[in-house]
Amino acid sequence: MNTRTRALLFLPLGAALAAFLLWGLAGLPDFGSTQGPYARYLARHATAQRHVTNVPTSIVFDYRALDTLGEELILFTCVMGTALLLRSSREAEEQRPSDRPTSAAQRHLVSLLIPVTVLLGLWTISYGYLTPGGGFQGGVVCGAAALMLWAAGGYRDHRALTPTGLVDAAEGLGAAAYIGLGLAVLAAGHAFLANVLPLGSTGTLASGGTIAVLNWATGLEVSAATVLVFHEFLKEYVQTLPGAAED
Amino acid sequence: MTALTALVLTAVAVLGVAVVLARDPLRQVMLNGLFGLSQVLLFTVLQAPDVAISMAVVSTVAYPAVLLMTIHRVGPQDRG
Amino acid sequence: MAPYPYAVAGVLFVAGLYGIVSSRNYIHMAVCLTVMQSSTYVTLICVGYLNNGQPPITQGAQPGKPLVDPVVQALTLTDVVVSVVVLALVLALALQAHRRTGSVDPDRLRGMRG
Repeated sequence: MNTRTRALLFLPLGAALAAFLLWGLAGLPDFGSTQGPYARYLARHATAQRHVTNVPTSIVFDYRALDTLGEELILFTCVMGTALLLRSSREAEEQRPSDRPTSAAQRHLVSLLIPVTVLLGLWTISYGYLTPGGGFQGGVVCGAAALMLWAAGGYRDHRALTPTGLVDAAEGLGAAAYIGLGLAVLAAGHAFLANVLPLGSTGTLASGGTIAVLNWATGLEVSAATVLVFHEFLKEYVQTLPGAAED
Repeated sequence: MTALTALVLTAVAVLGVAVVLARDPLRQVMLNGLFGLSQVLLFTVLQAPDVAISMAVVSTVAYPAVLLMTIHRVGPQDRG
Repeated sequence: MAPYPYAVAGVLFVAGLYGIVSSRNYIHMAVCLTVMQSSTYVTLICVGYLNNGQPPITQGAQPGKPLVDPVVQALTLTDVVVSVVVLALVLALALQAHRRTGSVDPDRLRGMRG
C-alpha cells in the first residue's frame, strides 16, 4: 500500500476516531471545576496518615505501591529487551575506539558539571517525599551523569567508569529490593507492600516509613536503567566511528 | 481558565502537530525538545510540579540522547 | 472555552496516529508514538486540575485552598519516565530492522525472514 492510499484511508477513519474521542472527552467533568473523591480524601488525610508532605509520592510508593511495582517491571523488561536485542546481534569482540573530545573547554566544563549533576540527582531522590521530586525523576538525573562522562572523556572513559556488570547488578538489585520489601512485609503478617515501618516526624528525611525505602530502591533502578540504555545506544554509536569493525 | 493556561495549551497543541509533521528525524528531535518544554510549562501552570520535573529531565536528556544516537547509527535515510 | 484542554489532548492523539500511519521511517514513527502518549498526560493532568487550586505538596501549603488531584499526577509522573525506556525498546527494534535490511522504512520490510 503506498503512502497516498494510506493517507486516503486514514482520512475517514481518523475523522471518525476524532469525533468519537471528542465525544468521550466532552463527557469529562468541566476543566478545573471538580475534585474527585480520592483527591478530596487524600488532600485531607495523606499527610496525617503517612507523615510525608509530597502527596503524589505517598500515592506512588504507598497507597498504590503495587501499581508502581507494575511500572518498575515494565521499566525492567523494556531495558532487558533493549539490551538483549542490541547485544545479541553485535560482534562478540568488544570494540573500544577512541572518541575523546578535542575541545578542552568541553572536557573541563563537563567534568566540573558531573559531580553537580550527581548531587542534584541524589538530592532529588532523597527529598522526594518532602518536596517535588523522587526516585523516578532523580534516577534519570543520575543516569544523565553517565552520559556526561561520555561528553567529557569519550567512550573509553564512559565504559571504564560505568562497568556493565555493575550497572546490570544495580538494575537487578533495585527491582529485587522493591519486591523483597513487599515480600518481607507479607512474611511479617501484613498486606503486600503495606507501610509497617515507623513513620517518623512529618517534614524530616526520617519520615514516611517504607516510602523512603521504596523511593531509594526506585531511584537505584531508574538510574541503572537509564545508564544501561545510554550504554547500549553509545555502543551502537561508536560502531560508526573510524576504527570500529563494520558489520 | 486563565489566559496563561490557554496560551500554553495552544503551544502544546501546535508543537505536538509540528513534531508529527517534521519528516526529517533530526529536525524532529529539535522540535520534540520544544514540545517537551511546552509540556513542562503546562504541567507547571496546572500545579503539577512532580510531573513537570519528570518531563523536564526526560525531554532534555533522555529522549534526545537515545534518538540522536539512533539517527547517527542508521545514517542518511529517506524522509519519514 | 471549558472543553479546550481536552480538545488539545484529542488533537495530539489524532496527530500522533496520523504520523504513525503515514510514516516512512521507524524513528519518525517512534517519536509520533510519544506524541500520542503525551495526549494521555495532558488529559490526566487537565482532569485533575482545580481552579484556584494549589500543588499537592502540603509543606508550606496555604490553608483553605484546595489541592489539585494528586492521584492523576502520581499516574503521570511514573509513566513519563517509563516512556523513555519504551522509546528505547522501539528504537532497538528499528536498529535491528536496519541491521537486517539496511533500511528503516516499514514498506521495505516485506522480504524479511526470521
